[in-house]
Amino acid sequence: MAIDAATVRKVAHLARIKTPEDRLEPLAQELNGILAWIEQLDQVDVEGVEPMTSNVAQPLRLREDVVTDGDKIDAVLSNAPKSADGFFVVPKVVE
Amino acid sequence: MSDLTKLTLKGAVDGLRAKDFSSAEITHAFLTNIEAANPTLNAYVEVTADKAMDMARASDARIAAGQGGALEGAPLGIKDLFCTEGVQTTAGSNMLRGFVPPYESTVTANLWRDGAVMLGKLNMDEFAMGSSNETSAFGPVVNPWKSANSNAELTPGGSSGGSASAVAADLCLAATASDTGGSIRQPAAFTGTVGIKPTYGRASRFGMVAFASSLDQAGPITKTVEDAALLLRSMCSFDAKDSTSLDIPTPDWTQSVGKSVKGLRIGVPREYVVDGMPAEIQALWDQGVAWLKDAGCEIVEISLPHTKYALPTYYIVAPAEASSNLARYDGMRFGHRAEEFKSLDDLYATSRAEGFGKEVQRRLTIGAYVLSAGFYDAYYVKALKVRRRIAEDFDNVWGQVDAILTPSTPSAAFALGDKQIDPLTMYLNDVFTVTTNLAGLPGISVPAGVDAGGLPLGLQVIGKALDEATVFQVGAALERAAGFTAKPGKWW
Repeated sequence: MAIDAATVRKVAHLARIKTPEDRLEPLAQELNGILAWIEQLDQVDVEGVEPMTSNVAQPLRLREDVVTDGDKIDAVLSNAPKSADGFFVVPKVVE
Repeated sequence: MSDLTKLTLKGAVDGLRAKDFSSAEITHAFLTNIEAANPTLNAYVEVTADKAMDMARASDARIAAGQGGALEGAPLGIKDLFCTEGVQTTAGSNMLRGFVPPYESTVTANLWRDGAVMLGKLNMDEFAMGSSNETSAFGPVVNPWKSANSNAELTPGGSSGGSASAVAADLCLAATASDTGGSIRQPAAFTGTVGIKPTYGRASRFGMVAFASSLDQAGPITKTVEDAALLLRSMCSFDAKDSTSLDIPTPDWTQSVGKSVKGLRIGVPREYVVDGMPAEIQALWDQGVAWLKDAGCEIVEISLPHTKYALPTYYIVAPAEASSNLARYDGMRFGHRAEEFKSLDDLYATSRAEGFGKEVQRRLTIGAYVLSAGFYDAYYVKALKVRRRIAEDFDNVWGQVDAILTPSTPSAAFALGDKQIDPLTMYLNDVFTVTTNLAGLPGISVPAGVDAGGLPLGLQVIGKALDEATVFQVGAALERAAGFTAKPGKWW
């Protein structure tokens, strides 16, 4: 499954990483190298094997559905690129 | 007074408790060392000198009052991946330059609870993605060790390169670190220090900047196995704020250090002999086997047949999880935001292109690809199935052995710049360490010898889940037998 420049453009968009046109081809080559190496996984017989998503055998814990934290507007906004009046300020994106 | 910065963590904690010296004295001694060494070694990205002295004086007051915790007054370095309240936390990335967490990670909160003093934040590969510290936005860390055969500056390994370099160069008593594919054990092996990754779920991930959540685990880098046992105990705890945190007691692992290993069964996996492995790595491994045999262990040859698939599995699972985790960096609520943009999508994409370095971008791209429609089953789900095979390999041998002995790395520290050209060559650094991350098992690296150029080499002990006790027991036996006392000559 060789990757070409068009695929890199699409994936870079999915990842929301702006990639200049002249980087697409070199990136495609790099990714092809890595994916060719990864394809050795096809040698493994995984018939009937359950995908392993976690190392932890225990089920996720549940707790009461109640508020445990909050009322920290200043802390929440303290690292915002821009904020005003207790809100995040984002650039205008709807005309 | 003798040089306090040469003490072990245990030695320092005992000396502080006995009032042989004060925390202010030892903290000041470390700050002096850092000031002299950091322009060259680049181990710290931020030194919190005033905060350190305040914490030290508070510790001295507690010691004077007959109080104090298990690490009272001990100056530590903190990997810049642990959020520290009011102190910049960047994970080595321009994306987080200037980010000041309004909260404390659980691991570091545990250390302050036990009386430790923070000297500063330690350099690391960007978002812990790297094996040489060269992906850091703050420039590479330099290994205090140099080969007798060359004057080249060497990597301390990665991603916890700042932690390893700082411990090896006496710029802290011990350091926190984190390990997703080998990021504690490989730098420890490259710097003649001890590093342990505990069982997944032992240490809380709350407040650790996330890379790959099913693999990330915190642990210490220290001068001795006993120090690692001491520091790991403070770092670990059950934490309701981490959904994968294990609600189990944390044992006193220092009790395991020094215990006889007589009668323990040690597995030697035949698949860990890899192509192109230097003869001295094989010789070190053979030596480790001989030491444990002499100490009364039974050596058992074992097979972990899926070992060779661990790295390719990791390079699907880790980028996939990273691609999801790092989606949070959109330039809106925190982190870097681009100044110039044409649309909302362009703002996201430009902010991320400006904020993330090359290796992070590469892995996020792989992650997005293996998770994308049409490839999800062929890559991601397939990797998760192979991951189970790898974990089952270990399950299948625990009936025959109590612990497993392997080399920590396929080579000694290499020169900065040496492996930058090809990402695959760099990825091979983790060939011996990555299996335990995929399976969630504890693994320790202990300095056990040197290569022809006098550079340190490490041996790794892998244990059953939650059986750090045996890992420390065997690790300490190797440490005793190796009698590794070499230190880097001070050239910085």
